[in-house]
Amino acid sequence: MQGNALRIVDCDKRAVDLGLTRDMTLADARARIPDLVALETQPQVDREFLEALAGFCDRFTPLVALDEPHGLMLDITGCAHLFGGEAGLGNLAGRSMQRGGLKVKAAIAGTPDAARACARHGHGGLVLPGQEEALLRSLPTAALDTDVETVIALSRAGLKTLAHLAERPSETLSARFGEALAVKLRRILGHEDRRITPLRPPPDCVVERHFAEPFTDAANLEAVVVRLIGEAARVLEARGEGGRIFELGFFRSDGTLRRLAIETGRPSRDAKALLRLYRERVETLADPLDPGFGFDAIKLAVPLCEPLDTPQQSLDGRAVEEEAVADLVDRLVTRFGRDRVLRFVAQETHHPVRAAKVLSAAAPLPEAAWPAPEPQEPPARPLQLFEPPQPIEAIAEVPDGPPIRFRWRHLIHDVARAEGPERIAPEWWRDGSDEPMRDYYRVEDVQGRRFWLYRIGFYEADSAPPRWFLHGLFA
Amino acid sequence: MPETAPTLSDLRRSLAEAARRSGTAAADRIGLGVPGLDEILNGGLVRAALHEVYAAEVADLAAATGFALGLALRAGQVEEKTGDRTIFWARQDFVDAESGRLHAPGLNEFGLDPARLLLVRARDGEGVLRAGAEAARCPALGAVLIEPWGEPRPFDLTASRRLALAAEASGVPVLLLRVAAAEVPSAARTRWQVRALASRALEANAPGTPAFALRLQRQRGGAAEREWRVEWDRDRHCFAERNLFDRSARTDHVAPLSRPLVPLSGDGQVAADGRDSEFRRAG
Repeated sequence: MQGNALRIVDCDKRAVDLGLTRDMTLADARARIPDLVALETQPQVDREFLEALAGFCDRFTPLVALDEPHGLMLDITGCAHLFGGEAGLGNLAGRSMQRGGLKVKAAIAGTPDAARACARHGHGGLVLPGQEEALLRSLPTAALDTDVETVIALSRAGLKTLAHLAERPSETLSARFGEALAVKLRRILGHEDRRITPLRPPPDCVVERHFAEPFTDAANLEAVVVRLIGEAARVLEARGEGGRIFELGFFRSDGTLRRLAIETGRPSRDAKALLRLYRERVETLADPLDPGFGFDAIKLAVPLCEPLDTPQQSLDGRAVEEEAVADLVDRLVTRFGRDRVLRFVAQETHHPVRAAKVLSAAAPLPEAAWPAPEPQEPPARPLQLFEPPQPIEAIAEVPDGPPIRFRWRHLIHDVARAEGPERIAPEWWRDGSDEPMRDYYRVEDVQGRRFWLYRIGFYEADSAPPRWFLHGLFA
Repeated sequence: MPETAPTLSDLRRSLAEAARRSGTAAADRIGLGVPGLDEILNGGLVRAALHEVYAAEVADLAAATGFALGLALRAGQVEEKTGDRTIFWARQDFVDAESGRLHAPGLNEFGLDPARLLLVRARDGEGVLRAGAEAARCPALGAVLIEPWGEPRPFDLTASRRLALAAEASGVPVLLLRVAAAEVPSAARTRWQVRALASRALEANAPGTPAFALRLQRQRGGAAEREWRVEWDRDRHCFAERNLFDRSARTDHVAPLSRPLVPLSGDGQVAADGRDSEFRRAG
């Protein structure tokens, strides 16, 4: 939908043969071809598909960028030899995508813009360094990707190809058509280079295995992973670094990509520990790692590295123990997830619920000391706390006596001992001023069970009766 | 270099093993601090073993939790060195829903520095046991507490034996807290049943220190079927026996109904009637 009219975004080959073009209004097209099949465009779905395709291309190079709406840019510097040279890589990528039912036009050239121009407006294929200049100069001015008016203006001035433009001084071009056009021209002709912005930031360290035949042997899959981890560990050790995130990519020959990530709480390059984490991770997968028709490649990327010195062996057991606990935390986090392996951090507040923050043990925690309990006193706070508090029915002495008897979960508790009230005021700066005060009581019933109860409101003649809640259980 | 770390800990473990065999150190036993009880246990609970704590009823879970936590704290108390080791606690979500989440200020008041606690919340009993088994293999922990609800399906004799073996290998006491569960055969060294016990009242009839009625139901290679009434002494980190004839402990005949009680006035001033036993300074 553009300018209040439905327009054709794209059409297939038969439609083109019948004379339809992009940007034509749907009404026009319908007038020409009454039985036209039109579908609404779904940019989101297109984008997702393109991203999946980018994931597929990860097997060729870690640097893959989207060139929306229907293009991908791959920086294959230093990767091509793995696939039989640049031509080999181009053929392989093209063939595998064609097998998936896609029409592909690709070009390989010295700079991203040159390759893009060749693919979109030239014949595509591999552009050899010697021919580059001539080939690019023969491209039409449409290759500059400017708006239609500019192209028309250029052609009216008799400038049909890039060569015509390149012969003119660039100052006159930018004076007439803007600086952007001149920059674009310089980029396409390779006078200026730019880097593509990859979809996923390039990892600090990558090790990979490519297989001549699709790898289907599920039993030996781990052996491959062991070698990859070992290699990555050596690379990291040579750099004096350790990884925090390790990401395994399994590239299946049918184009699907499965990624498994392992996280560690501290930088690590301990191959044994990493392998254990990998096993944990595989065990917890909801749907197992299925080789299908085989894996073409397996990659281990380390997107996040941090400096890690060779561990100094200390003589007291302290450091060794801390290390062992941290390893345990890593294994538990891998198995149960970050939000299930927890530690408590003290907060400065009297609010019973907010007094402790529960944080994931996977990240480093702030240090906060807990107040020392008062000697010779029984615990003033319960061991276990209900959130939200449980409503109860209670009978209590007027005006602010502890409950004498209360009913919780259909059971009557007769109170034998009680202490209170301990008044805890709400935090008006967080809760607002409507939050009522709470009068807390420690009570013990005749069977010796200890509870933490509180009352909201007061026994007053002209107001609603107070409500009672059970908030926690003492040991 | 990382390869040498296990070697060191292996050495340390074999040293501890040697000390244990020679019987010189009491480090392999966790004394509860109650003389009669420790005598029955030959000096205390075996450290490198699995112990079970059953809540007598669902409502006694808080008491059983307190007793198990006390044991875990005792385990850290025997050796000066291990006093601040991490205590691991695996808990099933359903326990949190039934009896409340662990409350850090309450743990602190009970004597456990919450910073020492590593908590794993698992969705089901199977997850709790897995987490517990994983932790039981880590020799750097002070104690491992495993708290599933009811009878998790995979928990059988084999599973408990696995836990016991892991505890033996690592030297870490593993405490299995069980609630709403029938007693099944297991590889545990001891089995306790815990019931809440009325505390000794403080001034003004305030609830006192946590008290438990314990029943040692089973002890492998030792006497069992005895009952004790104990209190948890937070300041000394030990249990203390409760005098059976302590009058205040018997609450059975106390009528909980109306009692004379002088209310506090609004500004916190005690109504002056000279009887200070009605009130207690707290907090």
